Amino acid sequence: MTLHASLLGDRSASLLRRALSNRSFVIGLVIAVAVAAVALISYVWTPYDVTRLVIADRTRPPSLAHWFGTDHFGRDILSMIMVGARNSIAVALVAVGIGMGIGVPLGCLAAARGGMLDEAVMRLNDLVFAFPALLSAIMITAVFGPGALNAIIAIGIFNIPVFARVARAGALSIWPREFILAARTAGKGKILITIEHILPNIATLLLVQGSIQFALGILAEAGLSYVGLGAQPPMPSWGRMLFDAQTRMTVAPWMAMFPGMAIAITVLGFNLLGDGLADILDPRSRRRQ
Amino acid sequence: MIAYPARRIAIAIVTLVLASIVVFTMLEIVPGDPARIMLGMNASAEQVAQLRHQMGLDAPLLLRYLHWTGGLLKLDFGQSYTYSVPVIDLVAERMAVSLPLALIALALSTIIAIPVGLYSASRRGGTGDTIAMGTAQLGVAVPNFWFALLLIYLFAVWLHWVPAGGFPGWDAGIGLALKSLALPALALALPQAAILARVARSALIEVLSEDYIRTARAKGIPRRAVLWRHALRNAMIPVLTIMGLQFAFLLAGTIIIENVFYLPGLGRLVFQAINQRDLIVVKSVVMLLVAIVIVVNLLVDLSYALVDPRLRGRP
Repeated sequence: MTLHASLLGDRSASLLRRALSNRSFVIGLVIAVAVAAVALISYVWTPYDVTRLVIADRTRPPSLAHWFGTDHFGRDILSMIMVGARNSIAVALVAVGIGMGIGVPLGCLAAARGGMLDEAVMRLNDLVFAFPALLSAIMITAVFGPGALNAIIAIGIFNIPVFARVARAGALSIWPREFILAARTAGKGKILITIEHILPNIATLLLVQGSIQFALGILAEAGLSYVGLGAQPPMPSWGRMLFDAQTRMTVAPWMAMFPGMAIAITVLGFNLLGDGLADILDPRSRRRQ
Repeated sequence: MIAYPARRIAIAIVTLVLASIVVFTMLEIVPGDPARIMLGMNASAEQVAQLRHQMGLDAPLLLRYLHWTGGLLKLDFGQSYTYSVPVIDLVAERMAVSLPLALIALALSTIIAIPVGLYSASRRGGTGDTIAMGTAQLGVAVPNFWFALLLIYLFAVWLHWVPAGGFPGWDAGIGLALKSLALPALALALPQAAILARVARSALIEVLSEDYIRTARAKGIPRRAVLWRHALRNAMIPVLTIMGLQFAFLLAGTIIIENVFYLPGLGRLVFQAINQRDLIVVKSVVMLLVAIVIVVNLLVDLSYALVDPRLRGRP
């Protein structure tokens, strides 16, 4: 027991060392934590109230009073970006949750059962993949009207086949292993084996994909709210801020500058995090090191 | 020889049929009666019923589905509720903007990405590779519509090289038309190029460690020739897969970019149609785009067999 514990301790220590020496991972983690912190802080404090319109202060360039300037209603852009972070994170997070929550069981089931069920799941994947996220969002909007919830559903549905594929491929590579055979000989059922042995072994794969899909979710949400299909005013959203900025590019370029940078940095952060995680957890890259 | 393509084509047809059912059902449950919307609130129930009959809206669900899909196969998409012209005419007119835009963007992204991928892979770990991949990492993260705004600011507002938006039409001359598609195509292409360059690099690195590459080098074939002739060809499968997916993204991406540049393409048509509740147009355009995605992915999968002869016999 103690030997086991100390081995485990060694393993996590070496994992931590590898993580901290991976540049992508460290930069990605710092950005991800910073973005999450900004969103959380915005619940208790923002430099200005984002719902208050001060027409006298409209389209002011960046200054000491307004670090990122003000928009066409005199709202503080820094405060809006802080509050907008909540919306972006919430949409992307729930969309990843939907994708994982439905996609992973589907993928695991397909891998465990094979045959017709596997075929059916894969065809369902093909079907969902035929609808680019934006297209399904447009359709959902046409039916149910625009809004953050419909953006989440559209992006989430698009995530399902992504996770189903990753989970299926991962599970298929685990099933032939000896410890699975041992578990089957011990009389465990396929579902129990999936929960006890398959899932823990594909968790890292899912984590990496989750980070990438989260980044894509931020981009997709920004795109949807830019064309008016995402979060509705007065709720600040990064995409919507860019839409407002578009017609004012000549008089207030900062209105477009900062929200765009917020999106790019956030997406960059989560992509780096995903890349870094993949590097750290992939045994092949471990050998290279 | 036949098994793999036949199976792949059958799958594509099944997917198409399922997709058409999804699109049809989704837009069937849309609230609001198109006949009522077309006639306005003052129309009598009798008039509405008459128009519904004319439009075939009172037919049973299954019959309407069959009528719609039968029409699609004959390229008869029905009549637009608001424009009162055949939807196919509207689509053809808008396609003349969206399709060239997506194709130019795809070409641009490939032209940029493949050399960058080759360069990075052949100088793996070097300064050039680090800079190229750092830039690519940034390119993946930048939303294309924001990049579009920056391009407008730089090239249209500041330098006055190209128009900030709008489309003069192909009748105004190919030069003028291409000029107004330049920025939208660039905005679409660069983020995709970043993704493609990363995929090309890692595929090439994988291939470059193969024995036959060493053999080719040992035979005295110059490095450049090995890269272009042997490595690139074998790295094409992942690259082609991503290009197929990208074409779908580009077509869907034109929807947003068209809105940034006020281009009269399919994307703007869809948005106008949603606002005007012209559902037959929404239904047809969505179905058309989905069909294009399915067919392009089918062609990509079939082209594997051309690139990699080993796949030809695969069931």
